[in-house]
Amino acid sequence: MTTKLFANGLFLLQDFPTELQISVDLSWYLSLSAILFTIGVVGVIIKRNAIAMFMCIELMLNSVNLTFISFSSFFRDVNGQLFVFIVMAVAAAEAAVGLGIIISIFRNRESIDVDDASVLRG
Amino acid sequence: MLRYIIFAPLAGALINWLVGRRIRNEIFIGLVACGSVAVSTAFSFYLAFKPDGVLHSTAPVLDHLFTWISVGSFRADFGLAMDRLSAIYALFVTFVGLLIHIFAVGYMHGDSGYYRFFAYLNLFMFAMLTLVLADNFLLMFVGWEGVGLCSYLLIGYYLDRKEAAEAAKKAFIVNRVGDWGFVLGIMLVFFLTGSVSFFAKEEQGVASALQTIALMPAETFAWQNIFAGGITSLAVLLFIGAVGKSAQIPLYVWLPDAMAGPTPVSALIHAATMVTAGVYMIVRCGAIYTQAPTAMFIVAVIGASTALFAATIGLAQNDIKKVLAYSTISQLGYMFLACGVGAYIAAIFHVMTHAFFKALLFLGAGSVIHGTNHEQDLRRMGGLRKYMPVTFATMIAGWLAICGVPFFAGFFSKDEILWKVWSAHTEAITGDFGKVLWGIGALTALLTAVYMTRLMVMTFWGEERFEEVEAGRQADEAHAFDIGEKPHKPESATAGSRPHHEPDITAHKPHESPLVMTVPLVILAILSTAGGLVGVPYALSGGAIENYIEHALEPVVHPQTSSQEGGTTPQIQFLSPPPLEIDGAPAVGHTPAEAAAAETAHSPEEIYTERVLMAVSVALALIGIAVGFVVFRRRPLLRFPRLLEEKYYVDEVYDATIVRPIEASSREGLWKIFDLGVIDGLLHGIGRSIVQVGSVLRYLQIGFVRSYAAIILLGALAVIGYFAYVFVTSALLQ
Repeated sequence: MTTKLFANGLFLLQDFPTELQISVDLSWYLSLSAILFTIGVVGVIIKRNAIAMFMCIELMLNSVNLTFISFSSFFRDVNGQLFVFIVMAVAAAEAAVGLGIIISIFRNRESIDVDDASVLRG
Repeated sequence: MLRYIIFAPLAGALINWLVGRRIRNEIFIGLVACGSVAVSTAFSFYLAFKPDGVLHSTAPVLDHLFTWISVGSFRADFGLAMDRLSAIYALFVTFVGLLIHIFAVGYMHGDSGYYRFFAYLNLFMFAMLTLVLADNFLLMFVGWEGVGLCSYLLIGYYLDRKEAAEAAKKAFIVNRVGDWGFVLGIMLVFFLTGSVSFFAKEEQGVASALQTIALMPAETFAWQNIFAGGITSLAVLLFIGAVGKSAQIPLYVWLPDAMAGPTPVSALIHAATMVTAGVYMIVRCGAIYTQAPTAMFIVAVIGASTALFAATIGLAQNDIKKVLAYSTISQLGYMFLACGVGAYIAAIFHVMTHAFFKALLFLGAGSVIHGTNHEQDLRRMGGLRKYMPVTFATMIAGWLAICGVPFFAGFFSKDEILWKVWSAHTEAITGDFGKVLWGIGALTALLTAVYMTRLMVMTFWGEERFEEVEAGRQADEAHAFDIGEKPHKPESATAGSRPHHEPDITAHKPHESPLVMTVPLVILAILSTAGGLVGVPYALSGGAIENYIEHALEPVVHPQTSSQEGGTTPQIQFLSPPPLEIDGAPAVGHTPAEAAAAETAHSPEEIYTERVLMAVSVALALIGIAVGFVVFRRRPLLRFPRLLEEKYYVDEVYDATIVRPIEASSREGLWKIFDLGVIDGLLHGIGRSIVQVGSVLRYLQIGFVRSYAAIILLGALAVIGYFAYVFVTSALLQ
């Protein structure tokens, strides 16, 4: 890794005499992904606005994408990147459908506050 | 054939209950009831008096119906047996019962529960005859419980009266206390002898428990024998049963309250039959008692003390039926006194004559009550002899009989008892103590004469007090209500709990009862007068008139040790099968051996003493009658000390020491702590905990979307965590 970055760095910045000696571990990518996922989860639970919930869901899906990519890159396995494609497609479809549902609910209730959708409450 | 004696009344009861209830025809019900008892009477008389019947041979008639319980070595059959003892009982129970049934046809006329009354009365006859004719302890106990049940049903016959219900409960519960002793006794009999049967039946392979005990060594007179678990314990336990059933101290308290039932019930159950079941049981188990002198001592002492105690209370009562109730308790005391000194034949003789005259007195009282429109208070009667001559005449016969005036029935039997008590010579009761017991018996006889004379004088002589409006207890009011007499207006009620008769009761003058009620009275009067002649003692007749009852019962009842000269073993020839030399011997007439024995048993000194004692008791009876007549003619409303009138406050003492603590502990302890706290608490606790679990689980389906999201998160974490755990541990293991 270091050699590659170093090579890239050399290629791009041939004037610079110094090198960046930082090593970026896999664990960094994974922790970023975990943090993003957690933020997404908390947001899904806390947020009352349906669109905000959806944004958090998208955030969760993207953090998962990041995980797949990082694994794929570090272990040189292209299957991870393939799965990311699928996840992205699903995310898009789901967002479309979900937004359609939200609009339909809004047309009925004039509100997209999730707490108001409690007709089934005992 | 014995089975018809018991099953006829049972059939009558069933028919009256099922059919009589529908058709409600008094004539039908009365005919069925009296007819079924008449069938029993006919069979009893036939089986007893036929040429090779029970009274002519000492072999009992057996009737084995079926094997009821046969478990391991325990065996109890539904089998009946009539030997001379049960024959005598069956004879007077059925006959007096028949007369009382006929009387009740008239007395209960117009009552709305007519069918119920006769159904219960027939059921009672079934139970009583089962008791008397049973051939083993267990079947006898079935009858024992049955009569207790019918007593409860009949005392509480007036459904709308709370006191009748209370009295019925009291009777049953106090009886139950006695039954506890009886059941333990049955268990002990089985434990000691391996059998519960009275008679030995080879075909069924049953041994006689009584014979086994008779062959065991006799126990000594020592107080620790009571708890030793032997024959004395057995005798004492059985006696506890008798104390409950036959109303002796300390379990007599139910009998006076039982007067809340209709008068025929009091006559039949609480005078003639049920209460004598205890005496029957003791005489039947004579073998056991003769081996246990400690028990006999207890029996005699309790009998004597009850006799005196009840007589003193009876002196002060104002309700005609209560006087007769305490009189019954007192006379039962005499019977137990006789058993306690070993004079079983005298006890049975007195049972029989007592059945006659006490039933007569009760039915006569019933006739008086009926004739005075349900007045039961002696203080409000008087001068009734001109209104009710037949009742008056028959009650005179009963009165003279119970006082022991010669030659009425009571004289012979009571005298026999007193003589046997004076000359008692058992291991426990030596000569001097026998004379003390005689003294108690004689004093009781005096008091009996006094209070019975008081009853007669206050009822039949003197000025007519029934027109006065005085407070009086009328326990038979529901009877009045039922038969459509005038209802009581509330404004004439005083601060007491009962309404009074109104002043215009004089519109109904006392009247004589109809024939259906007076004919049984007449028959019983004849029996009370002449019934004693079957037992004329040798001392009076010199052998000219045979002492029929003594010769009849001698082979079947254990001979009393007083007739033996010092220390010979008693003859064991009282049970079936009897030794061959006596088999076939007639009850009437002497065999040469018996005649010789009779002569040696009646020495001149004995005859002289017996005659002197007889004269003393006659004198006591006449003095008592004279005193009663003089005192109560002059002052009929003489009041006795409060203590006697309130029956020595025994009921109040029992209430305070036994009933209230049990009630309090039941209410505070069993009900509040256990029933409400533990059981209900457990159920409510289960309910509450389920509700609490539910209140947590409701978030699963609450309709609150964000909680759904949270639960999905939790679930996912759990699953992932589990797999991570498995992965990590398996990775570490490798």
